[in-house]
Amino acid sequence: MSENPTLSPERQDPPDAVGETLLSVEGLTKHFPIYGGFPFKRKVGAVQAVDGVDLTVRAGESIGLVGESGCGKSTTGRLITRLMQPTSGRITYAGQDITRANRRQLAPIRSEIQMIFQDPYSSLNPRQTVGTIIKSPMEVNGINPPGGREKRVRELLETVGLNPEHYNRFPHEFSGGQRQRIGVARALALEPKLIVADEPVSALDVSIQAQVVNLLQKVREELGIAFLFIAHDLAIVRHFSQRVAVMYLGKVVEIGDRDSIYNRPRHPYTHALLSAVPEVELAEETEGRERIRLAGDVPSPVNPPSGCRFRTRCWKAQDKCATQEPPLVRIGGNREGHLTACHFPEEPTIAARDEDVVLDPALAALEEATDTH
Amino acid sequence: MTTLTKTEGAGSAPTGSDPFLSVRDLYVRFSTEDGTVKAVDGLSFDLERGRTLGIVGESGSGKSVTNLTVLGLHNPKTTQIAGEIVLDGQELIGARERTLETLRGNKMAMIFQDPLTALSPYYTVGRQIAEPYRKHRGVSRREAHLRAVEMLAKVGIPQPKLRVNDYPHQFSGGMRQRAMIAMALACDPDLLIADEPTTALDVTVQAQILDLLKDLQQEFGSAIVFITHDLGVISTMADDLLVMYAGRAVERGSVGEVLRSPQHPYTWGLLSSMPRLGSDVDKALTPIPGSPPSLLNPPSGCPFHPRCAFPEQVGGGRCATERPALPEGRGAACHLTAEQQRTVFIDQIKPRLG
Repeated sequence: MSENPTLSPERQDPPDAVGETLLSVEGLTKHFPIYGGFPFKRKVGAVQAVDGVDLTVRAGESIGLVGESGCGKSTTGRLITRLMQPTSGRITYAGQDITRANRRQLAPIRSEIQMIFQDPYSSLNPRQTVGTIIKSPMEVNGINPPGGREKRVRELLETVGLNPEHYNRFPHEFSGGQRQRIGVARALALEPKLIVADEPVSALDVSIQAQVVNLLQKVREELGIAFLFIAHDLAIVRHFSQRVAVMYLGKVVEIGDRDSIYNRPRHPYTHALLSAVPEVELAEETEGRERIRLAGDVPSPVNPPSGCRFRTRCWKAQDKCATQEPPLVRIGGNREGHLTACHFPEEPTIAARDEDVVLDPALAALEEATDTH
Repeated sequence: MTTLTKTEGAGSAPTGSDPFLSVRDLYVRFSTEDGTVKAVDGLSFDLERGRTLGIVGESGSGKSVTNLTVLGLHNPKTTQIAGEIVLDGQELIGARERTLETLRGNKMAMIFQDPLTALSPYYTVGRQIAEPYRKHRGVSRREAHLRAVEMLAKVGIPQPKLRVNDYPHQFSGGMRQRAMIAMALACDPDLLIADEPTTALDVTVQAQILDLLKDLQQEFGSAIVFITHDLGVISTMADDLLVMYAGRAVERGSVGEVLRSPQHPYTWGLLSSMPRLGSDVDKALTPIPGSPPSLLNPPSGCPFHPRCAFPEQVGGGRCATERPALPEGRGAACHLTAEQQRTVFIDQIKPRLG
């Protein structure tokens, strides 16, 4: 995605004050090979987990990555942190190409890109004390903060809302929410510029999720850290991110500022996703939301559909969708930076339609029966 | 492609007769190495035919244990149970295993959270659906097989005649959950217990499954106990709602009443700690402080008092000493007076919800 700010005369509502491009990803692809055959195993196919993702993260902004399981959002996060080697594509961090950078070249950048993991139980070493866990990134990178590492760890514990006295405790002595705070403290230890948070709250209880979301928000605002926030919960992503990218089967199908994605989506998949979110209706009279029920599950990324990958579940699909892959472009009427990959975009509204879209055959049959009664 | 006009939600009127399922003063305790876990502590609820009761609560609030007890699926060696569970006039606690066996899968059935672990990998999906039908109806293998095909078609498995011979690993996550629903509904049960049936699913598949359950309920007329931690799911599924905390019911009422004018501070906390698609993004979330209590040693008095912001309003330290009772019908187990609850909700909580 090559956005040139000087060429955009109508940039009247930037979501928040954000800086220049920190990280940009072009055509990022990751294929996991599948081996089979006997007696010699050969490559027989590939899981196309991520297939040509373009993304930019600007300094200090929070960009959300949403999609269903298997859409490649976590893999994208891991490629960006270079925990995995991309098959092809380009990752540029602060002007420097790090796609094929080796360990030594990556060392200074690794400290600036940190990660928060989903499962606070498996992402902390049970044999290490909290102090050691948070201290080790500083040891690895040879950082000696003024006053010593231990003092810094105590400060970090305080920042994330834990008692600094708990320096010598082990992870099992903490609850899930507190463990996730330890994970956040570890990510903050090197004063990163970008944090990739992969489903940071989905393993937590409802009442605890808000504590961690608020903590991340505080960290982002006070320390100016950019976030790549990967989650499947659309409401939490909406709460946390200024820009949102929607992924489907390894591709970004729609990207834009929060308001565009949640109130004026154009891609049918974004419409389907939003309409599927069960929402607590707090008011008696509600302006109806559209109801779209897709059929079946996400197809296998081993053998994705040709052309537009969503076409097999889309109600607007035509012949063109099977042959031509829609490019991720700005559609007429969309705001600056709101890009959609669709040949036949939907109306930019989420209000209820005259007719619900029900593609699921069982649902359609049952509802037809009740309607005729 | 099929498009349909909007259908109205299930609106079956409650009947005046005895409730179909009635749970009274249920206590469930487990003996463990660390002590006795008070998993369910004095729970009562009723459920009418054709209605859906939603039970919400966090992990460890006793919502799943309650329903395993209803089905008699607990381990009798380590579990102590007191109270009564009456299903259609029949007492289930202390009932013989034989009696329960004739009920399970026939009159009452369950949909589990994780369909991959709940289905046996060793048998075909069709055989697993047909098995309870054969057992309870005494029909031939062939008839049961036909029933399995019919049920698979009903829950929307494409090509049911072929897929009936597949193994669970050949199904996708959403299809497995559909197969579980088919299995649960094969004998036309009067009571269906769904324990987080969509938690493991993606949001678009979840929407399909929830609508399917609602439509099937209209057709079969079963009573459903729907357990979840997701208030959004509950608000689309349930008629009545029970909020559980630390093994106790803390609030009860119709879904509209509980979600639109909640009375218990825990329900307030749940609602204001959760972002919604329509909420104001500039307002910070208001989390519930602290974490859920251990059921080995639950707090005295009201179990929520260590995390509650309003014990001073009650005064006299009553929250820590005296256990508030949950009134029959609509109400909350809280020492705040109805007047206080109303003012606090309107002045402090409602503005947060945005």
